[in-house]
Amino acid sequence: MNAPEPITKHRILELLDYVKDPEIPAINVLELGVVRSVEVEESGKAIITITPTYTGCPAMDVMAADIKKELLEAGVPEVEVKLTLSPAWTTDWITDEGKRKLKAYGIAPPEKSADIRALTGEQPVVACPQCGSKNTVMLSLFGSTACKALWKCQDCLEPFDQFKCL
Amino acid sequence: MSSKLLTYTLRLADDILILSQRLGEWCGHGPVLEEDIALTNRALDHLGEARNLLTYAGQVEGKGRSEDDLAYLRMERQYTNVKLVEQPNGDYAHTMVRSFLFDAYHLPLMQALTKSKDEQLAAIAGKSVKEATYHLRASSEWIIRFGDGTEESHQRAQAALEDLWTYTGELFEGDAVLEEMTSAGMAPDIASIKEAWSKTVDQVLAEATLKRPADAFMMTGGRKGLHSEHMGFILAEMQHVTRAYPGVEW
Repeated sequence: MNAPEPITKHRILELLDYVKDPEIPAINVLELGVVRSVEVEESGKAIITITPTYTGCPAMDVMAADIKKELLEAGVPEVEVKLTLSPAWTTDWITDEGKRKLKAYGIAPPEKSADIRALTGEQPVVACPQCGSKNTVMLSLFGSTACKALWKCQDCLEPFDQFKCL
Repeated sequence: MSSKLLTYTLRLADDILILSQRLGEWCGHGPVLEEDIALTNRALDHLGEARNLLTYAGQVEGKGRSEDDLAYLRMERQYTNVKLVEQPNGDYAHTMVRSFLFDAYHLPLMQALTKSKDEQLAAIAGKSVKEATYHLRASSEWIIRFGDGTEESHQRAQAALEDLWTYTGELFEGDAVLEEMTSAGMAPDIASIKEAWSKTVDQVLAEATLKRPADAFMMTGGRKGLHSEHMGFILAEMQHVTRAYPGVEW
């Protein structure tokens, strides 16, 4: 058996790669941008600070539990998951890799919140994640989870989720 | 000061908690699937804000009460929400007008609270403000669609406005608690919130071809724990599992 890997920040980040968003298992918590800081104390105790996507998102409790489980099973002696509200999460924190995976998973990724249309409240142009057509229409501002809206493609006729821009 | 902060935080929490509970009643009863989902999404956003505020209220109080203790183990008279949010769902026009009247108040309130000198209130508001923007956009769209829709939808939306208007005065009531919170820079000046609310209401109603009801008798009492007859039934449903099985966990 190999000697256990030393607990470093780098190691913790590697492990967090395996913790998926329970409602969108295509991306992990790092790609989602909810992990705000990782600290490792001398004792090996890891303190992970996460921030909620949506205030009422039920996935947050599961994510915190999953982070604990993943790290403890990998031999981290003690894990504390802290929650912070400020600064508030924005979809801009989803990494480019995260956005690519969302699209491959069939969810239209959010546009940049700095997009002028987002600021003026205008409807964004959302490309269909299935066929790429921009001939799409919003069916409902609210979708299958707190973070998504429901759209339909007018060309391939598939309905799809869009990650709301926040 | 901490007792004023506690009172103020509980008012914010109770408004959003009871509205969340009411919207949650639509789960499985929405007129179409998309709206069923939309209403429960909204309820979930509101519940998230309520949880943040109740958790903070428990910390401010310093007696070890959790968000669950405050939500499930207080009596009716200990709730200080406005009566608007406890009004029944009624038809879809009533549900949407109720949310619209509240959203048009909630958004400027949260925007202003992000500048609160109380850091935690500012942080909670900073989180809620993005969702509140979305909520107001969605309810405004419905008010316009109803008002400028068919004769039936117009008439129902106008009726809901007339029914619920009497509950809007309470949103802007001032008292010693609010005055002290405002002068300490922890709560915004309520007159400025009313101004923003009024402007939004006028704009949306005009586009919806609906008539703004005249200000007549305004209901009061919610902030003192005096509620409409609906409140007991809401709490009975909301609290019954915790009351029936004390200490239950799930």
